[in-house]
Order: sequence, then C-alpha cells, then structure tokens
Amino acid sequence: MPTIAEKIWEEHLVRREEGLPDLLYIDLHLVHEVTSPQAFESLRLAGRPVRRPDRTLATVDHNVPTEGRDRPWDDPLSIQQVETLRDNCAEFEVPFYDIDDPRQGIVHVVGPEQGLSQPGMTIVCGDSHTSTHGALGALAIGIGTSEVEHVLATQTLPQAAQKTMAIEVDGELAPGVTAKDVILTIINTIGVGGGTGHIVEYRGEVIRSLPMAGRMTICNMSIEAGARAGLVAPDDITFDYLEGRPSSPTGAAWERALDHWRGLATDEGAHFDTTVQLAGADIEPCVTWGTNPAQSVPVSGRVPDPGDATSESAREQTERALRYMDLEAGTALADVPLDRVFIGSCTNSRLEDLRAAAATVRGRQVASSVRAMVVPGSGLVKAAAEAEGLDEVFRAAGFEWRDAGCSMCLGMNPDILLPGERCASTSNRNFEGRQGPGGRTHLVSPQMAAAAAVAGHFVDIRDWEMR
Amino acid sequence: MRKFEAVRSKALPLNRADVDTDQIIPAKYLKRIERTGFGEFLFDDWRKDPAFILNEGVFSGARILVAGANFGCGSSREHAPWALEDYGFRALIAPSFADIFRNNCAKIGLLTITLAPEDVEFLIARAEELPEAETIVDLESQTVATADGSFVRSFEIDPAVKRNLLEGLDAIGLTLEHEPDIDAFEAARPDRYPSTTPAEAPA
Repeated sequence: MPTIAEKIWEEHLVRREEGLPDLLYIDLHLVHEVTSPQAFESLRLAGRPVRRPDRTLATVDHNVPTEGRDRPWDDPLSIQQVETLRDNCAEFEVPFYDIDDPRQGIVHVVGPEQGLSQPGMTIVCGDSHTSTHGALGALAIGIGTSEVEHVLATQTLPQAAQKTMAIEVDGELAPGVTAKDVILTIINTIGVGGGTGHIVEYRGEVIRSLPMAGRMTICNMSIEAGARAGLVAPDDITFDYLEGRPSSPTGAAWERALDHWRGLATDEGAHFDTTVQLAGADIEPCVTWGTNPAQSVPVSGRVPDPGDATSESAREQTERALRYMDLEAGTALADVPLDRVFIGSCTNSRLEDLRAAAATVRGRQVASSVRAMVVPGSGLVKAAAEAEGLDEVFRAAGFEWRDAGCSMCLGMNPDILLPGERCASTSNRNFEGRQGPGGRTHLVSPQMAAAAAVAGHFVDIRDWEMR
Repeated sequence: MRKFEAVRSKALPLNRADVDTDQIIPAKYLKRIERTGFGEFLFDDWRKDPAFILNEGVFSGARILVAGANFGCGSSREHAPWALEDYGFRALIAPSFADIFRNNCAKIGLLTITLAPEDVEFLIARAEELPEAETIVDLESQTVATADGSFVRSFEIDPAVKRNLLEGLDAIGLTLEHEPDIDAFEAARPDRYPSTTPAEAPA
C-alpha cells in the first residue's frame, strides 16, 4: 500500500543495491544560469556529453533585468552568466528559452505552463523551489550544481530513501485566506526544519479544492519547512490544467496518460512516517515578522515577545530577528509601515496571483510612501495578464509593471531593497539580506501585498472592501 | 573530488540555529561562473559586524565548524559548501543539516557530522571557552574527539557517502559504470513523457 511518492519512486528505479542510494531516472531537468555554469564546465573538462538534451530545458531567470532589456545591461557579471548559459546550451544542444523568447520566465512557472511538468514524473532543477512542480503530482527535487552535472551526464540521480509525511488541511478556508496563508501556517506549525528528510504529500479538502496556482504556491514552499519535496496527487483540476498545453499529450496519448495519472494516488491505508493535521477554518491571513519563514503571525496579531520563548536559544533567535527587522515586541502588525511592495517570484507570480492582486487595487492608489512593483512569472503570464487589462489596473494604481524573472525575490538583478527598507513581498524567503543587504522582508499573499501597497501598512484583507 | 583526511584543528563555534545559505554566501556572489574563490565572501554580511565570530583572530585556521540545528537551510546553492571549503573548513558539526546542503557537501568532500544537541552544545561551549583547544574528526572510525581525549563521540554516516569521501570518488564515473542499466531502463519504459525539443519560439 504505497503512497504516491513511493509509487513514483519505484517507477523510476534504475538500480537498487544494498548499502547504496537508489539510482532514479529523471524525466525532466530544468536548468538556469546561476547553478549550471560550473556543471557544464566540468562536463567539458571530462569530455562528457549531455545524455538527454530532449529531457532538459534551460531558461534565464535569476539574473535578468525586469525592465529595459533592450538596453545594454549594467552588470557585466550577469551578462557573462547569461551568455555562458546561452553558449553552453548551444554547445551541448540543450533547448533554451532565451531572454527574447516569449516563453522565458521563472523556471518553476515555465515548466507547468508549457505542460512539461506532468503527473508521475521525476523533475529536478538546481534550485530549491523545484518542489513547485509537485503540485502536478510529480516528484520534484531541488539539487546542487554537482548533482546538476550528474543529471546532465547520466539522466539519473542517486537518492537515499526518504521518509513520508502527510499534511492534511481539512475543511475550507475563510474568505480572504489563500494558499500562501496555508503554507505559511504549515511552516509555522512544523518549523523550518520540520520537513527535513521527508517527502510531503499535501492532502485534505482544502488542498483538493485549490486551483493549480494555489497548489503550486504550497508545494513551492515545501523547502521552507526543510522538506525534500512536496506533492499533491493529481485529480480533475490537474487534468483540466494540463489539457491543451504545448507539451501535454493529445488524442489517444492523452487518454493513455489519463489512465496512468488516475492511478497516481496514495493507496488507502498507506503508511506515512509523520502526519500533520490542520483545520482550514483556523487559518488566517499571515504575515512574517522575522527572518525565517516559520516566524509568522496572523495579520491581526502582534510581534512576539522574546520573553515568551520556550528556550534560551529560541529567545536569542527571536531577539536577533527583531533586531534585524527593527521591530518591537508587542507591535500590532497592522501598525508596521512599509517602503516597498513586491508581487512576484516562483511562489506567487502566476496569472491567478496577479488577478487577485489586481482585484484588490482596482480603482485605488498605491500609498505615496510606497514603491510597488509587479513582476509576472513568465513572458506568457505577462502577455495573458495584459490581454485581460491587468497591467492597466496595476499601472493606474501606481505599480511598476515589469518583465518576467526572479527579480526581488533574491536580489540578483537590479531589483533590490536598500538597507533598512521594509517590504511586503509575495516571495518565499525573509532571510536577512535576501532582497538586498539590510533589507527587511515580510512574506504575505498577493492580496495582502496589494492591500498593503495601497494602505502603506499591513491591513487585514478580510476587512478590505472589494469595489 | 579530494579525499577526506582526518582533521585535527581548532573548532569555530557558530552558536546559531537555522543558518541559511543566503547568510553563508549572499546571492550577489553567485554570479561567478567558477567553483573557486568563494571563501573570501563566506558569511559576508555577518562579517561586517566586527564582533562576528569569524572576525575573531583566535579562530583563524579552524578547519572544523560547529553550528546550531538545521544548518544550511534555504537555497540549494552549492556555492555555500564551496565557500566553506574554500575558506578552509573540512568538517561541519551540527545537530542537523538541511538535506540539499548536506548532499552538496558530500559531493565536494566536505564532511557533515550530526551529533546530539547536547554534544554540539558542549563543543560550542568548549570552543568559546578554549578557542585554541583542538578537536579531532576521524571519518574512518566515525568519531569526533577533543584532543585531550575527555570527549569522544561516534557519529553515523551513510556508508556510500563515507566511501566516496574517503576515496575521493567521482560520483558520475560511478554511475556511468552502470550505463547499461540506464540504457535498459530507457528502452523498457513507456514513451509517455514529454520531450523538451523542439524549443523554437512560437511564431
């Protein structure tokens, strides 16, 4: 009685030997400019080819500017990294969505959007947020550069056995509560290391009723709880999403695929090493106050008091976080003023996210004290949003409307916070300096970020009147 | 990969939990296309604080780092292990490590040792008290010991990782020894998965 993760694992087993990690076959390898140059260089030095260029796709996302792309870029190192990927893809014959390709975008937006990420697949990428693709019912694992090289050379990856964890979110969500709030609450519940060594399967009515974008938001942040991967068993919502995408099967192949995909579920009575249960009704819109993604409270809450910590080390950690964030214990989150708002990243830059944010700001103005930007997840998301007029809504409200990329999620391109700036961000990490040295990040949902941009401080989206 | 040799050195105590790879090597340094030269940027933001432990000269030359739980969480950047290794560390000791980080370390010959929280606390307190005191890490016998022999602990390690570290094996070379298995797997499986080619942009 295996779990879906165990079924996918066994289906991809190339080799099993006592005392060694299993050797798994990899169906899709996504590549970007930051974690691949050293891997290609080592292949070149060893005289090894890319085994399956047709199972590999590269694009540029981390470094790319999100405006003025037709002008010469300012940063020679970013140019070099992008050019290196372009050259490597040409040399090793790897398909590449270049900067001027309409499909270019954040690698974890591109894969599902193209229909390349499908149920039952094994997917890897040299990026920790590869877990995103688990939303399609795939086993998707973030890897490092040495492993990128290993997959390029062999199309396989040695993987030690993982434990399984079921996270069940039952019931339904209250209005204004989003997938982002669900995953922030999960991380707050199990901790930033709570998922270590586990593949998480998200289950329960709340998960089942989420559209694919929401499932991707949840799976995306599995790594923020330390999990090796996170996935959702495929269902009709998944199949509806996939049907008609450029790389989805068609005709008889589609029917065969559906037959296979419908069997990809955790068997009744399957064993999970760990089970966590949450009630959807208890989840509130969340804001992080600290410097890791577990440090969040409901937006109606207050900045915690280090004195309430259960151990000396937890107290020190809270104190250090509050010092970095320049927050006083007991401050109401709603009273925290903001300088910047960032709507984007592989967590929350899909069309549904942009629609939700646009609905929140429609007919309103960004506060004069706030600089706000929207960075769509891909060129195709951008085009689809523009076709609906979302760009006009954002621009009219005073948002910057930009080109696709990782942007201010990690500040590798020119989009960064200045030291001391405070940002409401739909991204995934509030680590010290993540969005720029000295910058202060609060993680929220797209709706909450959009409302905060208008108000100039956090507001409870449940009190927000949609006009 | 370099073979792992036993280490005898001072231990640098980093008494923090959940140290993420953005702290170990900030993103702005990830634009290099080489594997080397990251050591000078190790903990770059934290080193701007003169009181940060890496700035204490007494620990210079330490090849063992002792840290709090969940070390290396966050981004999968292998640049983090590269920076630690380039700086001179050969072994890391913590109550737990993030999965991707631990895998990345194993691939470049950097040993991660998981010890019980109280043992890590002891080693951190000892290093803070006696910075010059040496610690011995021996992978062959799977032990961590203080040089005076008053503290000896054995640690668990995946036998395959141990062998790769001790022998400095090329993981890709090992897998390619089984290339016929990969060929057979590809030949036998149903053709249901998408191809990334052709990738020409739509008109």
